[in-house]
Amino acid sequence: MTLLEYFQKDYVINATVVGILIALCSALLGVTLVLKRFSFIGDGLSHVAFGAIAIAAALKITSDFLVVLPVTVVCAVLLLRTGQNAKIKGDAAIAMISVGTLAVGYLIMNLFAKSANLSGDVCATLFGSFSILTLTDTEVWLCAVLSVLVVAVFLLFYHKIFAVTFDEDFAAATGNRAKVYNLILAVTIAVVIVVAMNLVGSLLISALVIFPALSAMRVFKSFRDVTVCSVILSVTCAALGIVLSIVCGTPVGATIVSVDIAGFFLFSAAGIVLRRVKA
Amino acid sequence: MPQLTCQDLTLGYEGKPVVSGLSFTVSAGDYLCIVGENGSGKTTLMKTLLRLKTPISGKIVMGDGLKPNDIGYLPQQTAAQKDFPASVREVVLSGCLNRRGWRPYYNRAEKRRAEMQMERLGILGLSRRCYRELSGGQQQRVLLARALCAAGKILLLDEPAAGLDPASTADMYKIIQALNAGGVTVMMISHDIPSALAYASHILHIGSPLVFGTVSEYAARLSGGEGGTAE
Repeated sequence: MTLLEYFQKDYVINATVVGILIALCSALLGVTLVLKRFSFIGDGLSHVAFGAIAIAAALKITSDFLVVLPVTVVCAVLLLRTGQNAKIKGDAAIAMISVGTLAVGYLIMNLFAKSANLSGDVCATLFGSFSILTLTDTEVWLCAVLSVLVVAVFLLFYHKIFAVTFDEDFAAATGNRAKVYNLILAVTIAVVIVVAMNLVGSLLISALVIFPALSAMRVFKSFRDVTVCSVILSVTCAALGIVLSIVCGTPVGATIVSVDIAGFFLFSAAGIVLRRVKA
Repeated sequence: MPQLTCQDLTLGYEGKPVVSGLSFTVSAGDYLCIVGENGSGKTTLMKTLLRLKTPISGKIVMGDGLKPNDIGYLPQQTAAQKDFPASVREVVLSGCLNRRGWRPYYNRAEKRRAEMQMERLGILGLSRRCYRELSGGQQQRVLLARALCAAGKILLLDEPAAGLDPASTADMYKIIQALNAGGVTVMMISHDIPSALAYASHILHIGSPLVFGTVSEYAARLSGGEGGTAE
């Protein structure tokens, strides 16, 4: 089959649409997360989602989305809300939740597993290697609607997100509802992660969140430019990764992340060159 | 009528008092320096005045037409800001956020206000520059412009000269003095007692002894040998 023939197949089109939407959303929020020192929240929350999927499977709930989304949202709110005054600091809290839910999720899957291919199921949930090619139309639409919501929230709250990212105390001290904005941010992040699990699986979500943002920061110097660049880069890498994975027959998620890593090195080099030229 | 009256405040964390019996007033045009050792409760007081914390007991009364949002704030820089990609204009403009409510974008008046404050502090030419690439003194000016965008009546400054070289420190004090002369009430946490005595109109010494008074009253007490806690 040629590449063109692949792109006439429904499942390839679905995968491409979902992949690009997820890349867009995760890059939008990635900039804020990296700057807020929450790079690992993607990892932590995706493990929460993994645990929730295991519970949903054990309870024989067919549309696990209904379980996974609320659980992840609650954890995201708890993690982002604790902030600096918590007894357990941000990174430790994320590590705790991340490792804990992964272990409990795997345990539950083991105890209640229906299918004979348990390691295959776990592998798919963690690395998302197959699920993206078996997306139903409903899932694609759901993903599209949620992505539009995420982008809308980001655009409406862009300046507020900037303010609470740059200096949360100042924003709160000068009479802004910093806590509300943080809450909105936490919910949005949880939505993105739950949606993104379909594409790259639990383990690689962090990569989608941090690589485009870090790459853009090598070159650009204002929050707006970094955000725009990170979105464009992320979408490009996702599209390229999907095409490459079809051509080479490699796993989709891992291929996209590899392209993102290549992009990071490219932008780092560009950043160094630009600084030399200026100096 | 004073802008701020604090009556018998007890401040602390999780019910454990750090400082108690704190009473002082701030009137329009005052330049108050808050001094005291580390851990004496200076930052706690500032957070309470900014309503980021509630006092354990006592009252803060606002008068002279002062509203809670009229207090601008110059925090100490956080580690995260040192490598934050943001242009000077983005940072200053974010001070206008509290005027905006749920409106998603800044209007012309707010952009103009940000420009005016940048001009006032002599950083209009840096407006497109990246915040993290500026010198320490320039960064402080940017944050000061942001504070002035948020509120013009009272400025709360948390060690504005921390980490600056002597020239930038002198520069910073000059800017603050000019703002104060222009009618802005200044409250400043400082470790630098000689400069506090040189520029301030009032001194609040937290810790033991708890002293509040004009600079000359404070200086008289220092030289009188009572509780000479000058650092």
